[in-house]
Amino acid sequence: MDNSVGIVSAKRAVFDTPFTFKSGAILPRYELMYETYGNLNVDHSNAILICHALSGYHHVAGYYAGDEKNIGWWDNMVGPGKPVDTNKFFVIGLNNLGGCHGSTGPSSINPDTGKPYGASFPVVTVDDWVAAQARLADLFEINQFAAVLGGSLGGMQAMQWALTYPERVRHVLAIACAPHLTAQNIAFNDVARSAILTDPDFHSGDFYQHGVVPTRGLRLARMLGHITYLSDDAMADKFGRELRGGKLNFSFDIEFQIESYLRYQGDKFAAYFDANTYLLMTKALDYFDPARDLGGDLNRAFAAAKAKFLVVSFTTDWRFSPERSHEIVHALLHNKLDVSYAEIASQHGHDSFLMEDEQYFAVMRNYLNNVAEECAP
Amino acid sequence: MNTSIIEARPDFAAIAAWIPQGSSVLDLGCGDGSLLRYLRETREVRGYGVEISDANIAACVANKVNVIQNDLESGIADFENESFDFVILSQTLQATRHTEALMKEIVRVGREGIVSFPNFGYWKNRLQVMFGNMPVSDEMPYQWYDTPNVHLCTLDDFEILCSHQHLSILGRHVMANGSDVNLLPNLRGSTAVYRVRRDT
Repeated sequence: MDNSVGIVSAKRAVFDTPFTFKSGAILPRYELMYETYGNLNVDHSNAILICHALSGYHHVAGYYAGDEKNIGWWDNMVGPGKPVDTNKFFVIGLNNLGGCHGSTGPSSINPDTGKPYGASFPVVTVDDWVAAQARLADLFEINQFAAVLGGSLGGMQAMQWALTYPERVRHVLAIACAPHLTAQNIAFNDVARSAILTDPDFHSGDFYQHGVVPTRGLRLARMLGHITYLSDDAMADKFGRELRGGKLNFSFDIEFQIESYLRYQGDKFAAYFDANTYLLMTKALDYFDPARDLGGDLNRAFAAAKAKFLVVSFTTDWRFSPERSHEIVHALLHNKLDVSYAEIASQHGHDSFLMEDEQYFAVMRNYLNNVAEECAP
Repeated sequence: MNTSIIEARPDFAAIAAWIPQGSSVLDLGCGDGSLLRYLRETREVRGYGVEISDANIAACVANKVNVIQNDLESGIADFENESFDFVILSQTLQATRHTEALMKEIVRVGREGIVSFPNFGYWKNRLQVMFGNMPVSDEMPYQWYDTPNVHLCTLDDFEILCSHQHLSILGRHVMANGSDVNLLPNLRGSTAVYRVRRDT
């Protein structure tokens, strides 16, 4: 495979110091799964943290030995010679706390009870994730990241880094992001959660003990999510009104191609993703609002930040629209912080941030080349 | 590279001459960021550009210049009152649609505005019109049917607009073929740079 970091392996970091969540809940011990690519330089100044969005995890780039088709979720962006150039940077991807890819989460066994945490796993916020990520950075003795980047919910974490740890991040790349969700966005998340919460197999979050999975709820949640991640145009282009069997069947079976696609995506997701993690992730999205305790004043929220910013939005992203990125840019300008903003003309809606696009990649590459120059010893 | 930029764009040197060390600068229609880069390297300015073209955004980022991708005529509304020492509009005035409104915005956001534009009253332009054709020159290298320039003016015209808008002209630098023009500038100058501010 061209420009791939090649075979990678996931590692596990164990933390024995108790972790206090924003909610006040405490986890005495937890584990985080992570992967790294590239080499940490002598003064530990070339580290980049990649924050994942709703369904991402620590497998950002490369592939696993014996499982070559299992390619990292942002492999087009991260690798030797790619915008996040692993010849220059030491890149960390992790699975956030509450995740379902090996990091401590609702499906992990609670050592106190010997059963999965399930519903008892604390509600986790973006602030919590960033605090947990900082502890992971401590393990590598990374005092300051060259850059923290992410798209969507990952972008929120990247921004939060600049607010919580202004001294610990030089550049923030916030992509397809927003300073907080709109009511409409929270509404989408609530419908997705309702699908899971009302699935009879959910058992109030403790379905593990019942040997079942709330597949129907998860599938519906994912189907809804998928509709909002794509643009109307992208869907029309890809599926149109095409019928799978070529003719109307006058039934409620799958007929239109879009139905087939959505159900496939829903089934695929429900087969591996944890329902409780999905609830937590959407809640973290809803709660994110750095201006909340400051009377909604985003300018004041960013007053603490010192990082330089690259903000990127996509024209057809209606879930995290360019206007929401303008709000971020406005607050950064108010605080006289260095910021560049690119609005990428793209067909693919919110999902654009995961797609290869010439202009998007040129901007990312040019920006990160300069970041790399600063790291050179 | 600094010298080559100044040779290619004599108005840059004139603009830079008015900008003290460490100023804050907003460059509307900043192109590939050359001017901001030059000002950063020679004047240590804190600068931002506003630019619409994709290629220029990528170029600005490569030039380590802060750039906001937006239409400069609507995008400037995002900037707060007097948030910059200088707002620059370099060789762009003639291509703006809502020129009057933009001039007001420039002196709202900047404590001073610096505006450069090609002088339509330059004698070579007048000559071309006299012989029956729309002028085509180094500063205005377009045919009438493909020009982005919709609001061309002479130095006199610009000064009348400033007077209408209650703008003081703090400085004026007129050039032709890279040299300064002092005598009969509206006739002999091909490019002008003005420094303006709201009357107090």
